Amino acid sequence: MKSLTVIPKSYAAKREKVINTLLGGGVIVFFLVAWELVGRLALVNPLFTSAPSRVVKAGLALIQDGTLAQHLAVSGTEFLLGFGAAIVVGFPVGIMLGWFKVVNASFGPFIAAMQATPRIALMPLFIIWFGLGITSKIVVVALSAIFPLIVNLQVAMSTIDADLVRVARSYGATRWQIFRSVALPTSVPFLITGLRLAAGRGLLGVIVAEVFGGSQGIGYLIQYAGATFQTDKVFAGVLVVAATGIALDFSLERLGRHYDRWRGESAVH
Amino acid sequence: MPSANVDKNSIGNGLLAPVARATSGERPVRGVPFPASSPLPVPTPAGREVKLSVNDLVIGYLDKNTGHTMVAVDKVKFDIREGEFVTIVGLSGCGKSTFLNAIAGLVKHQHGEIRVSDKVVTGPGTDRAMVFQKASLLPWRRVGRNITYGLELSGMKPEEAREKASYYVNLIRLNGFEHHYPHQLSGGMQQRVNLARALACDPEVLLLDEPFAALDAITRELMQQELLELCEKVGKTVLMVTHQIDEAVLLSDRVIVFSARPAHVLADVSIPIPRPRRAEIKESEEFRGLVNQIWSVIEGNANIGGGI
Repeated sequence: MKSLTVIPKSYAAKREKVINTLLGGGVIVFFLVAWELVGRLALVNPLFTSAPSRVVKAGLALIQDGTLAQHLAVSGTEFLLGFGAAIVVGFPVGIMLGWFKVVNASFGPFIAAMQATPRIALMPLFIIWFGLGITSKIVVVALSAIFPLIVNLQVAMSTIDADLVRVARSYGATRWQIFRSVALPTSVPFLITGLRLAAGRGLLGVIVAEVFGGSQGIGYLIQYAGATFQTDKVFAGVLVVAATGIALDFSLERLGRHYDRWRGESAVH
Repeated sequence: MPSANVDKNSIGNGLLAPVARATSGERPVRGVPFPASSPLPVPTPAGREVKLSVNDLVIGYLDKNTGHTMVAVDKVKFDIREGEFVTIVGLSGCGKSTFLNAIAGLVKHQHGEIRVSDKVVTGPGTDRAMVFQKASLLPWRRVGRNITYGLELSGMKPEEAREKASYYVNLIRLNGFEHHYPHQLSGGMQQRVNLARALACDPEVLLLDEPFAALDAITRELMQQELLELCEKVGKTVLMVTHQIDEAVLLSDRVIVFSARPAHVLADVSIPIPRPRRAEIKESEEFRGLVNQIWSVIEGNANIGGGI
């Protein structure tokens, strides 16, 4: 009995991939070259536009004098603590909202209202409550990251396959066993999606909170450099943030793929 | 009807000493009464212990459109003895699946009683295992862990469960597929995993809810043949629901015909075709006679009730 079918990636698919990579990379290279030329040919004052070469130079300088590491450590701590808090609270809250109808009826509207409120607009309040230090930033990160997690896990619970629940029940599974063996595995891809969205929101939260008020962190570095017309440094700071975002998203995507092996090649993208 | 605390040895309507039963741990001694190689007709299991007893079962449900309580199953009563393969046939929507779900403990009944090995059924339990029409395997578990799923739910450790399930993995010829994910298997193979999952629990009564209805015609025939051989080997007590009369006659010792809704027993037909049976018997005069007999019962009922 043969039923395992491995479909090899066809040559056409491979070629398409190569072409896509070339196209995507080409546009980026074109953009960088154009940017560099705008500065070099003095089409616009480089004070405004900077240039890739100047950004790299500024970045290297920030690395060498230790400024970058120092600010990165502060922002990193804020992000990780806020993101961690969002996971610790958001995961069970999302699951409970999806799993228990009563919890959803009670807290659903409140959470929807909270989600609609722009967290950054509350920053002045957070500064009054928690000061200009690291705590107010952690709160902003946590509140930015928590909602995508809650919403995704809530949706996950509603996609549980009723047939699987019926099978589990027919084997005498308790509600807890159904939760462990059916609901939790169902939630994994949603959790990963939630984490990816949450990471992006959290990163945004860190930077905006630091720009808003504070004396440390990448956001502060960007804000200060901007206020003193050091455009090269501004771009260097932005580059660091962007790179962090891409790295986070990439690792979470890989993690998701790892847990999605059972879907098979065709479903993983 | 003896009460639940009566010793097992005193039941079986006192006709004969009960068949020696496998104690937990030993592999199916229950298969012994049906040696697969025996060319002799299988003795009617009239003397055997009653495995499943259904007494005046009434199942109602609430019609959400009208708000009235409707009767799906009306006073159904029959017994299944150890090792018997009994199939319920009837028109689609007649309540036979509801009935099977009630036996599984998934649907509450309003009146009457279900007993498995003389224990009253009040909900799902390890003494029964259901094979649904859809394979419904956990897609994130490999075949091996899907087969042991039922055992794991009853509190067994995965390694121990694997040990216990290995007998049926071999019997259903799934060895070598333990590390596949369900999506890598064909529909027929998935349904075999579904069957293995149920058998691994070593239930007293195996419940089959149109197990081959979702398969293509060729796979269905092959699976019928396999189930036939399997049942002759292990001698499980089986209650199946189907709307395919030839499938019912091929596999069963008895075919119970349900009426149109609300379902009651129209006929209880013995299938005296000797075992071991092979699919070729479908060509025989006797087989066709039985199919026609059952069909005419269903048809007669449908005409009276205007059920079609």
